[in-house]
Amino acid sequence: MNESVSIFTLVGRVSKTVLLLVYALFALFPLLWMIIMSLKPDSQMFTTTFIFSPTMENYSAVFLRSDYPHFFLNNLLVSISAVLLSLIVGVPAAYALARFHFRLKEDIAFTILSFRFAPEILVILPLFLIYQRTGLYDTYFGLIWVYQLITLPLLIWILRGYFEDISPDIEAAAQLDGYSWWQVFLKVLLPLVKPGLVAASLLCFIFAWNAFTFPLLLSDARAQTSTVVALRFLASDTVHYGQVAAAATISALPEVILALLIQKHLVRGLSFGAVKG
Amino acid sequence: MRTTVLVPPGEPSVETPGMELSKSAAKYAQRKALRPYLILAPTLLLTLGILIPFVAAIYLSFTDFTLRSSDYSFIGFDNYVSMLQNPDFWHSLVVTLQYAFLCTTVEMLLGIGVALLLNEENPISKFLRIILIFPLMIAPVIGTLIWKLMTNPSVGILRTPMSWVGLGDFKWGASPDTAMFSLVLIDAWVYTPFVIILVLAGLRSLPKSPYEAALIDGGSPWFVFKNLTLPMLAPVLLITLVFRLMLSLQEFSIIFALTEGGPGDTTMSLSLLAYNRGFPFYGLAEAIPIMLFLYLIVYLVSFILIGFWRKAQQRASGVA
Repeated sequence: MNESVSIFTLVGRVSKTVLLLVYALFALFPLLWMIIMSLKPDSQMFTTTFIFSPTMENYSAVFLRSDYPHFFLNNLLVSISAVLLSLIVGVPAAYALARFHFRLKEDIAFTILSFRFAPEILVILPLFLIYQRTGLYDTYFGLIWVYQLITLPLLIWILRGYFEDISPDIEAAAQLDGYSWWQVFLKVLLPLVKPGLVAASLLCFIFAWNAFTFPLLLSDARAQTSTVVALRFLASDTVHYGQVAAAATISALPEVILALLIQKHLVRGLSFGAVKG
Repeated sequence: MRTTVLVPPGEPSVETPGMELSKSAAKYAQRKALRPYLILAPTLLLTLGILIPFVAAIYLSFTDFTLRSSDYSFIGFDNYVSMLQNPDFWHSLVVTLQYAFLCTTVEMLLGIGVALLLNEENPISKFLRIILIFPLMIAPVIGTLIWKLMTNPSVGILRTPMSWVGLGDFKWGASPDTAMFSLVLIDAWVYTPFVIILVLAGLRSLPKSPYEAALIDGGSPWFVFKNLTLPMLAPVLLITLVFRLMLSLQEFSIIFALTEGGPGDTTMSLSLLAYNRGFPFYGLAEAIPIMLFLYLIVYLVSFILIGFWRKAQQRASGVA
């Protein structure tokens, strides 16, 4: 009897692990294969699967002989600027929504959140017209501004939770020491939420970096980002599959590294603070 | 307006009953009452500045504006009426609902399953918990690009394994029969990790004691899952469902990158339909009612589910 139970649990454990590994294969193999493709020379692209002589040729083609670096830097510039702008206006806003009691507080908070979930095409249709008329079309500032719809709600909602976690007593004590609320905010609270702040900024960066619909329709040759351009690599007439894979890898790698850095905060970030990890 | 309500914790109340407020104190109280609004002003200006076009959109939807010319006239509800009379619109509505339903169902079930498997203390689970989120971090378009390469008839790696099961000429995004399947597969590849990590966080925050009691009572694993885990997990599951439904209803980039709504109009969701009307065909005013309709659906669905979520949260905190 005992033996059969242990066999039963053993089979259970093994099948669990097998199921998990099947899913892991599904989730991770495409990424692995992308990297393999990016290292394959064109001559071996169609003839081999896993065994080939790796080359950096695709990377140097993408980096040195195409305009991809321009769009890569665009993406970096636009995403970082969008996050910085969000930080400047969003961090105090998150604090106000966490600490002060005032009329319409929850309404304002939910309005900010709802911006994130307005269909992007709905925002873009009229914005396209306005951007064309005001000269914001295909400019860095135009993108940085519209990216606020991605980064600002995310930042505010994540940070609001972190501010709420800090006991009001700490603030009260600092205020008794004669600090103004602004000083308390800068000198006492910001250092306390720093881990959350860093994580939220990085997550905002990831989402800004991944943005596709806004740069696709609101920018062109000048301000377009690498996410949009990578897709065009595949549509061009003479497709170099290795270069497509290299472009995709370059675009994906920074985010994977960032995600590893903010692992502990991901749950909270991805759920806009609704689920505390 | 009572200013006392607005005083942040820890600060002495300025309004003391019976005391005559001096001018400067009244000014101070007023400034403090305005403070949160002032702090929030830049945020609201930035986001509302972007959303003013919203009003413009509604105005434009009552005109025959196109991107071809700057002349336009007011045509009342014509755009709305012709939208509702157009079979393409109803087809796209069905596609949108189908896409959202399939993606959300697959991702929720798969995500919950994998989260349960990962919620064990062994080295494999620990390691996979970290790396399984990678697909979620990559731009959905880049993810789609990778799958496009993998399913490519000449360099794609999936042809050989597909031929083992007799599907050597599987056409993926290129055939009307398999396009939706391919989209759901890619959407699930990108977003299942989202469900996994939220559900996993929910599982790990569950209290231990009810489980110990159930163990003593000798409940079967299914019984424990159904009667203990599921109700306590309900808030997390609902919020995950809200996020997934809201985003899959309006998914644009994955569909755009794989099929552009094709073949034919097989995968032409409302977002894609509005994009096509608005941009390649310049019919900006025609496209807006379509998106307003979609927004209405998204709004209603999330409104209802968030109501459920709030209730579940109260119930779950009552249980724990």
